[in-house]
Amino acid sequence: MELWQAFVQMVHTLIPWLDGTVANILIILIKAIVLVMPLMLVVAYFTYAERKVIGYMQLRIGPNRVGPKGWLQPIADALKLMTKEIIFPTKANIYLFLLAPVLAITPAIAVWAVIPFDEGIYVTNLDISLLYVLAIGSIGVYGIILAGWASNSKYPLLGALRSASLLVSYEIVIGFALVTVVMIAGSVNLNTIVQAQQGGIAHWYFIPLFPMMIIFFISALVETNRAPFDVVEGESEIVGGTHIEYSGMTFAVFFLAEYANMILMATLAVVMFFGGWHSPFEGIPYLQAVFAWVPGIIWLLAKTSFFMFLYLWVRATFPRFRYDQIMHLSWKVFLPITIIWIFVVALMTQFQLAPWF
Amino acid sequence: MNSEQIIFYILSFWFVASSLAMIFSRNAVKAVLFLVLAFFSAASIWILLEAEFLAITLILVYVGAVMVLFLFVIKMLNIDKSTLRAKFTGYLSLGLIVAAIIVAEMSLVLGTNQFGLDVFSSPARHGADYSNITVLAMQLYTTYVYPFELAAVLLLIAIIAAITLVHRNETSRKKQSISEQVNVQAKDRVRLVSITLPNKEGK
Repeated sequence: MELWQAFVQMVHTLIPWLDGTVANILIILIKAIVLVMPLMLVVAYFTYAERKVIGYMQLRIGPNRVGPKGWLQPIADALKLMTKEIIFPTKANIYLFLLAPVLAITPAIAVWAVIPFDEGIYVTNLDISLLYVLAIGSIGVYGIILAGWASNSKYPLLGALRSASLLVSYEIVIGFALVTVVMIAGSVNLNTIVQAQQGGIAHWYFIPLFPMMIIFFISALVETNRAPFDVVEGESEIVGGTHIEYSGMTFAVFFLAEYANMILMATLAVVMFFGGWHSPFEGIPYLQAVFAWVPGIIWLLAKTSFFMFLYLWVRATFPRFRYDQIMHLSWKVFLPITIIWIFVVALMTQFQLAPWF
Repeated sequence: MNSEQIIFYILSFWFVASSLAMIFSRNAVKAVLFLVLAFFSAASIWILLEAEFLAITLILVYVGAVMVLFLFVIKMLNIDKSTLRAKFTGYLSLGLIVAAIIVAEMSLVLGTNQFGLDVFSSPARHGADYSNITVLAMQLYTTYVYPFELAAVLLLIAIIAAITLVHRNETSRKKQSISEQVNVQAKDRVRLVSITLPNKEGK
């Protein structure tokens, strides 16, 4: 941290234009690059992990040809997608057709700005970071809707219609589920929410909010268009949904956005319900001392990896839901449960239930 | 000119430009997208005013939900542009009168004599520990708690009214019961019948 402070000081003295505004923008850019570069690498290797994990679950080996044990497979895939031709449908609206992938990836990356990785490690400490996550996350649907409309093709339009109605429905459920977290933590700042969960596993919010945790995870599957709720793509019904007309790099950008969103949702689940950067051995006499050297970011990444694995596990296990069943699940099952749980949490607050209050 | 003013003028330019583009755009989907850009610019200007809760709410509610539903409806419409243009001159005189009245009213209400710098001083800057959302929540849930809840009840009435209007002919609608479908057993659907096959003589 001292090194970073010294670096910030140095940039400010080197570039004093406009009362340090230019230097501030430069520092924000450096932070963004430091965040986005590893994120893209994780996305690339998450696709490799997905193919390997699902491969082993289906008694196959998965990719094993490029590099030792197939480790270079994502690099080869990226190169292939970059060099492929981008095909534009003749009757497509070309500006909106190209704007759609940009609108998909921008919110998927912008949301990461407020995620706290460790005590004091974040791009920005926004006072309303949870609302920011919900607001920017809700913009991602424009990418899919525009892709469906601008392609001027029937299956993408159907996929976009499904996506729009699903995302709007499940955003409400996610919003209500996160209201309970805000009620317990007493703040919409993600940093404060994680700090409030300090003191060992018993203090993490997944215990008082267990149904909300399950609902959040299932809704996250829908929000990221993952199996078993991937009706937006639905290969067996509408060929490939909104992605049909996209090829090469334009498709790759959608792909990146989807996986960045999955990792984001896994991280959010950890931050909200599983204590963020806090060690699971806090408060346990002997183990706490043994694991004291592990930095908080390692715990966060380890917990996030578990949730990312859950995404793959779910995909390999469940068959696809029917569209009206997903809608039924949202409006008639999840929404009543979340509203009831808000009252339960209000009672918990009233009686100051230990150790969460 | 300091950096805040530069940012303000860039955002205002985008706000005005995207609003104009929204009106003059021929394509309905593009018009919606320009409106989204206008919302974003407005939200950014509010953030400059340290009203970050309002700004994020604008994006969350209008960009994230209302405009998505707008787009959802607009892209299903099959707009015939020639019929729209045929009525243009007919509506022009009425439209101009309405526009003139609105401009006059707005300039009277929102002009410098009501909101000028001599009436409203420029807002005071707060420190880094100032939390806009905490201050807003304290006001909303203490001083203004009854108007706030009244507004919430009004919205609830509107939702219930809309749903009742749609669900008037409850009995004539066909619908599927998902729980019934999921809980169906093989013996409810399939009946196995043993048949004795006739031999070659037909007996």
